Amino acid sequence: MTFRALLYLGLSFALVGLASIVVWALIAGGARLDWNLLTGVPSTIDPNQAGYRPALLGTLYVIGGVIVLILPLGVGAAVYMEEYADSTKWWNRLIDVNIQNLAGVPSIVFGILGLAFIVRGPLGLGFVAAAGSLTLALLVLPTIILSAREAIRAVPSSVRDASLALGATQWQTIRHQVLPAARPGILTGLILSVARAVGEAAPLLLVGATVFVTFDPRLFSGGYSTLPVMIFQYASRPQADFRLLAAAGVIVMLALVLAMNAVAVWLRNRYEEQLSQ
Amino acid sequence: MPGPGAPSGDAPARRPLGAARPDYVGKVVKWVLFACASVSVAATAAIVASLVPATVRFLSQIPIGEFVTGTLWAPGFANPSFGVWPIVVGSLMVVVMSLSVALPVGLLSAIYLSEYAPARVRKIIKPTLEVLEGIPTVAIGLFAFLFLRPLAETLLPFLPWQGPFSVGVASLAVGLLIVPLIASVSDDAMRAVPRSMREAAYALGSSKLKVTLRIVLPAAISGIVAAIVLGASRAVGETMVVLLAAGAGNPQLSFDPTKGVQTITAYIAGTATGDISTGTLTYDTIFAVGAMLFLATFTLNMIAVRFVRRYREVYE
Repeated sequence: MTFRALLYLGLSFALVGLASIVVWALIAGGARLDWNLLTGVPSTIDPNQAGYRPALLGTLYVIGGVIVLILPLGVGAAVYMEEYADSTKWWNRLIDVNIQNLAGVPSIVFGILGLAFIVRGPLGLGFVAAAGSLTLALLVLPTIILSAREAIRAVPSSVRDASLALGATQWQTIRHQVLPAARPGILTGLILSVARAVGEAAPLLLVGATVFVTFDPRLFSGGYSTLPVMIFQYASRPQADFRLLAAAGVIVMLALVLAMNAVAVWLRNRYEEQLSQ
Repeated sequence: MPGPGAPSGDAPARRPLGAARPDYVGKVVKWVLFACASVSVAATAAIVASLVPATVRFLSQIPIGEFVTGTLWAPGFANPSFGVWPIVVGSLMVVVMSLSVALPVGLLSAIYLSEYAPARVRKIIKPTLEVLEGIPTVAIGLFAFLFLRPLAETLLPFLPWQGPFSVGVASLAVGLLIVPLIASVSDDAMRAVPRSMREAAYALGSSKLKVTLRIVLPAAISGIVAAIVLGASRAVGETMVVLLAAGAGNPQLSFDPTKGVQTITAYIAGTATGDISTGTLTYDTIFAVGAMLFLATFTLNMIAVRFVRRYREVYE
């Protein structure tokens, strides 16, 4: 009986601790929840009028780029690993281990990669939103590959056998049978990856998303910022009004990210039930 | 579409009956997909390629002895010093303290979810934890900085709190951050233990507590070790929480949880955000400590992958 109490204690600590972050944000930032928060431009002088408009647009640009990059790359890699790769070959095992490892590389290291390789160095894009997109795309690529692989693996092999038996080639089978069946699972992975990218700040600090932009950003020129980076910037200022502004930004970000996560988890549970029927 | 070996109209039949139709599309597709899969290897190669030259340049100027044994970290100063211990100790403190929060909480949650929770409760709690796992680290860092730190001072006024930063509070927040990870990996490992093992123990008259502690936990130990190692790796690499709540200002060799410290990640983020120009020694230090961080997490992840594979192999 005492052990059961201990278990409840552990679990409630986890749930209450994490839920209190959401509750705290609502209380600490609730006073600044107005339209100006979304449509106002950043200001270093007037925190009561300042808002997140350029940062929100910057987030949209960066995330748009991330989706365009990771959807074909992630799904392509997953299809290769599940349908084509012969796991006895060393290069396929290398790719497999590498994806798992890349998933655990700290996000700040991707920031270093972005700074040395994408902003400067070989690609030389400079501190622009596209550099942020590329950096975050590499960061979340393992996430989408791993979940797309799960989804493809979950498609019963009878579906493939039936298609192949009717004379379809392997690629026709994948395109017309396997991928449509795996679509909900792939979508789940995509949403989870994008939600992670939306909330990510550390690597973007290194690839230029720190400028105080008061104009609407563009993809390949000029400075940009994103929502979490802007929150960090406001939070680093000592005045209480800026902290209120930061907390209000957290509400916006949490609403966005948690809604995406909830949809993804719901979608996956539904999809798993369908497959197991 | 004619099947393999089917007569193809007026064209002279060049392929013998029964020979497979050459699938050129399939070959091209396979190569394109292989290229997609190789991008992740290219990303790793690019990480190494961006870390190595600057690290070598750094080590050619700073003797490696000073770097790994020095106890003063002051790269940006007029009289710079490059002893890496203070930021390594800062990172290790975050790992140890956050794991001492996340391990009991995560493990107890996992035991409850896998062994005790009724199916209906599990169906609600597991997704809830997964959704909460998605809380951005900036939010957690801000929560720690603006709420937990003042709260800690109110609850424990007798401790020597100074300034707005505290590595103890930051670690508590990092601990909260890795609880869902530890819970879900351990839960997977415990659920992979076959039912027959539990039933055999019940048949011999064991209580639920005994089955959990003596049968399930030892059987799932490799998965639990993997969860711990992954948690440690995540804590070493965590940036935004330590940057906001532990401070990035003063790298000091201190073991006092009420004080601020600098970690490897906070140093990188703090320095790269400031005005530094390429080619300077300060610029190169980012890569040198980044290489250290990459090696440390790479090793931890390799270990974790090995342990996960072990429990999967045993029961499948």
